[in-house]
Amino acid sequence: MIKKNKDEDNYYIRGLGRGSDTVLSALLFIISFISILPVILIIIVSFSSEDSVVANGYSFFPDKWSLEAYSYLSGNIKTIMMSFGVTAAVTLAGTFLSLFFISTMAYALSQKDFHFNRIFTYVVMIPVFFGGGVAASYAVNTQMLGMKNTIFALILPPACSSWYIIVMRTYFLNNIPPEILEAARLDGASTFRIFRKFVLPLSKPILITVGLFEAFSYWNIWYENLLYTDSNHSRLYTLQYVLYNMQKNASFISSNDSITGAVVTRVPTESFRMALVVVIILPILVTYPLFQRYFKKGLLSGSGK
Amino acid sequence: MKQKCRYKNKKNRFGEKNLCLTLLSAPTLIWYLVFCYFPLFGIIMAFKRYRLVPGKGFFYSLIYGSDWVGFDNFRFLFLNPEIGRVVRNTVLYNLVFLILETVIPVVLAIWMSYIHSKIVRTFAQISLLLPYFMSWIIVSYLVYAFLSPDRGTVNALLEKLDMTGISFYQRPEFWPFILCFVQIWKSSGYIMMLYYARMVTIDSELFDAAAVDGASVTRVIRHIILPELKSVIVVMTLLNLGHLFSTDFGLFYQVTRNAGSILSSTETIDVFIYKALMEQSNYGFSAAASLIQNGIGCIILIFANQILKRTGTEGRIL
Repeated sequence: MIKKNKDEDNYYIRGLGRGSDTVLSALLFIISFISILPVILIIIVSFSSEDSVVANGYSFFPDKWSLEAYSYLSGNIKTIMMSFGVTAAVTLAGTFLSLFFISTMAYALSQKDFHFNRIFTYVVMIPVFFGGGVAASYAVNTQMLGMKNTIFALILPPACSSWYIIVMRTYFLNNIPPEILEAARLDGASTFRIFRKFVLPLSKPILITVGLFEAFSYWNIWYENLLYTDSNHSRLYTLQYVLYNMQKNASFISSNDSITGAVVTRVPTESFRMALVVVIILPILVTYPLFQRYFKKGLLSGSGK
Repeated sequence: MKQKCRYKNKKNRFGEKNLCLTLLSAPTLIWYLVFCYFPLFGIIMAFKRYRLVPGKGFFYSLIYGSDWVGFDNFRFLFLNPEIGRVVRNTVLYNLVFLILETVIPVVLAIWMSYIHSKIVRTFAQISLLLPYFMSWIIVSYLVYAFLSPDRGTVNALLEKLDMTGISFYQRPEFWPFILCFVQIWKSSGYIMMLYYARMVTIDSELFDAAAVDGASVTRVIRHIILPELKSVIVVMTLLNLGHLFSTDFGLFYQVTRNAGSILSSTETIDVFIYKALMEQSNYGFSAAASLIQNGIGCIILIFANQILKRTGTEGRIL
């Protein structure tokens, strides 16, 4: 087991003088701020009036603030409602499925006396280094499993990850005292029951970490759409893929309007796109800082050796 | 009595525990079989002219429906005028990433662990990791907001300085820098977290002892921190070397907006494979490129791992 330092939550190495600490803190703060600057720019553009964007370009200091992009978005909410539903469903189903796949295999691999431990470890590790390639995966998924233009193509292929299996296995090895499991076994608990009642509840930080990473990656899905969804099945488009299409084709918004029959006076194209970007990353922006403290704990015990 | 029973379980491969664990891992095993091991038959594809027999599945079409063409797919691949450029881009980008993605996250992790203020540390962690959660589509929008020829922030700034604007999406010479910057911006927070997580496990008594001995910060970093991080660095480098011929499709296809005039400095093998498959439906050609990509990566990995074994370095993976 990894030895824990006492003040893990407030861990820092002593050794810097007060002066250099101030300078380095300020510099790190600036670097971190620059890192989120693009996101801030997008948010500002989404609240700028279309005229000032057209006149001055994307700017941190728009001439005129405006909510027109968001009011246009709420007026045309129907156009993205379907993709929102698809994305939410894919994220929910995908996250649970991948947590199921990852945690079960990780638990089996964490048991040293499991008969197939070695061979299953190979099964999990080989795909990290060697795969059949996009063409073969595409052929298997579409021609063998018939997943072209189905929602399963968005959920199943990215559902498992060798990396997270290893991380979670390491977490199980380091953080679950074998004595507890032995005691439970002596009381006659079955392996299933031990997994459900003892292992999973003791592994909250890693389940939250992996679950959130998987949830974000499902929320961000577009590649599967690009490969497995034809343009005449646009009801399977995820939010990201709608954005992708908008980038390729500026008229996407107006063409959708003609379908819904809305009367369009003027489309705030530029700010509207950025408003959509903001709406799509909003769930991540909100949930991520809340759970951030688990990441260190989860990754810490998962990746350490 | 129960003690005895447990002992028996441990020995017996058909015992309750083994049976349950096998059942528990069976769904994941099936997933691996279907999504990772079936596509390995794609290696055969590289030596055939694959065509789908209507009404029959993948395996039938592959085994009976397609003709053997020997090394034709590979010959076409090597005769392709773009292949040299594509391979060069892939390898060069990956080598630069390999260096930057080691140095910058390690520096950031060490830097962060020396900062006293918890607020600054938390802010840094949150904002540096945030880009990791943006999809490549979102990133392409963010990049476009800065580099767009008529609306971009960079060009607006250049005009204010009385310089002419740059049409970034038509100038290949800028893109190596842009793409490296974007890649580092997106990934370094996550890699930093891995190093930082490792650092937190270093016994704090070591640092106290070093402080008592009056060791300087640089000495502490050189003699305590870097040796502890070494195994993580080795593993990350090995993984990256194994993927020397693979790139992130999203970075090179989305962020560049697949703009035609900058392909000379942005097209990599994965974009090439995607185009061969989706734009020309050339399965064999695409599979041949994948096979070379994976094969070379694997050979490099095994070779590097062997060197580590010889030298007895800890942190190797195989």
